[in-house]
Amino acid sequence: MTAAEIRSAILEILSDILPDEDLSELKDDVPLREQIELDSMDFLDIVMELRKRYRIQIPEDDYIHMATLGGTVEYLEPRMKDVAAHG
Amino acid sequence: MYDAIIIGAGLSGLAAGVRLAHFGRRVLILERHYAIGGLNSYYRLDGRNYDVGLHAVTNFRPKGAKTGPLPRLLRQLRLSWDDFALAEQIGSKIVFPSTALDFSNDPALLQSQIAERFPKQIDGFRRLTAELLDYDAIDTPAARASAREAVGRQISDPMLLEMLFCPIMFYGGANPHDIDFGQFSILFRSIFLEGLARPPAGIRAILKKLVRRFKELGGELRLRAGVQHLAPKSDEVRVVLDDADELSARQILSSAGWCETVRMCDAAANLSAGANAAVASNEVPGEQPADADPPSGQLSFLESVSTLDALPAELGYPQTIVFFNDSPQFHWERPQEPVDVRSGVVCSPNNFVYSDPDSAPSEGSIRLTALANFDHWNNLPDAEYAAAKQHWYERLVASAVRFIADFRAHVVAVDVFTPKTIRRFTGHDNGAVYGAPKKRFDGTTALKNVFLCGTDQGLVGIIGAMTSGILMANRLLSGGSRSAESS
Repeated sequence: MTAAEIRSAILEILSDILPDEDLSELKDDVPLREQIELDSMDFLDIVMELRKRYRIQIPEDDYIHMATLGGTVEYLEPRMKDVAAHG
Repeated sequence: MYDAIIIGAGLSGLAAGVRLAHFGRRVLILERHYAIGGLNSYYRLDGRNYDVGLHAVTNFRPKGAKTGPLPRLLRQLRLSWDDFALAEQIGSKIVFPSTALDFSNDPALLQSQIAERFPKQIDGFRRLTAELLDYDAIDTPAARASAREAVGRQISDPMLLEMLFCPIMFYGGANPHDIDFGQFSILFRSIFLEGLARPPAGIRAILKKLVRRFKELGGELRLRAGVQHLAPKSDEVRVVLDDADELSARQILSSAGWCETVRMCDAAANLSAGANAAVASNEVPGEQPADADPPSGQLSFLESVSTLDALPAELGYPQTIVFFNDSPQFHWERPQEPVDVRSGVVCSPNNFVYSDPDSAPSEGSIRLTALANFDHWNNLPDAEYAAAKQHWYERLVASAVRFIADFRAHVVAVDVFTPKTIRRFTGHDNGAVYGAPKKRFDGTTALKNVFLCGTDQGLVGIIGAMTSGILMANRLLSGGSRSAESS
């Protein structure tokens, strides 16, 4: 998957978890928690959805890289380069 | 082999099932009874719908709210607010001999009532409220402190303290007299700060929604399938049913209660539990060790539903819930008498704000609940049981109408359930409504592939029960192996 595909995959997960949030204005370089209501259980949900949909295992020590949308894409890009985007 | 077998199709087991099935696990829920729900259930009798269990859903948050246990729970289950469509309470009351406190889903009402009736206590009450708000059930599940001591530091008037404890103990007190301050905080916030509500169709609306979602996700549910015993092996648990059918699962999540689940495990497994105890090593001081024999709970209820020929409001009962107590001291203990009629909870399912009048219950009804003694009801000969129910129903109503309008002339039908009924439907020892006095906040047992959810995991109420199932499902999902991945 390309960086753009990964970004839209994350947005799709976010919109499933947080159906009431407007995600269209989400900034890549500002922590997600400052932009949307996202508690620790929701955050874990993102990790679990990534595992379910793309078989990506993210160790707990790496959660620190996932504070922003941009950081998450950057972190996932090398790990998902061989993953096919969902049709 | 299943990835997970869940024991009990109550709110916690169903919520856990939805979550596990959503993430692709092969899940089976086993329910001993012919009906789902456990403590919070429903039935039909003589053409009428009845609810058993909690009178109201706590933790109310309006549509669109993003924070708090209810929105979090809806997100975790991928449900929308409209799936429960909660109707808010009209207003409730705590009545003691010489004074009463009204409260509603606007916390300012209770504050102003305390300021008016206990002017010297209002500053302490405000400090207590602030202290409670800092407490998060998920991040710090075990505060490990006496609520009577913690609340007593802020509230010096003994009767006000008892008045605040009365609703909290009725809605979640597993121990006599006192409660853990962490649990007190959760209950206080859920009742007094967030508030009470009801799905228009009652508890069945929530249970049916969970079952439908669970089945859509591929989950299996078997009724009349009680678990006889569990035989844990190294990587799986063999499950033997009452009818001798055998199943196996990688992990077991049991809502049957802590001691009840330990008893299901093979004696041989219990002997080796000591060796496995290191698995559950994150002990909190004061918490029961995982391999100890946990004591059973003792507190149970007699519950009654009176169907009326008029709406309660027309008979002078406008409140949603009234907690009454007939002396300055509130007694939360296993009664010596069959039923402790000194104190109780009155609730009318009619008195909620139903946005669609057609969705409101068509007949008037009043529910009445009080503490009861399990042994008395359990040992009663069959021939005396029905008469005893009628006798104690009448005594309890006679006690309640000292505090609310006398509705006795308008009763057209009555159903009463006792601690024996609660024992049958929940499987809890002694019909203990809120389970064992000691909780396992992390849901672990001495066995590495057997986990607890539900009331003995330490969360109470309808929202708490579902949250418990979600927390434990997440624990299983983040730790355990998964057949789909390993195969």
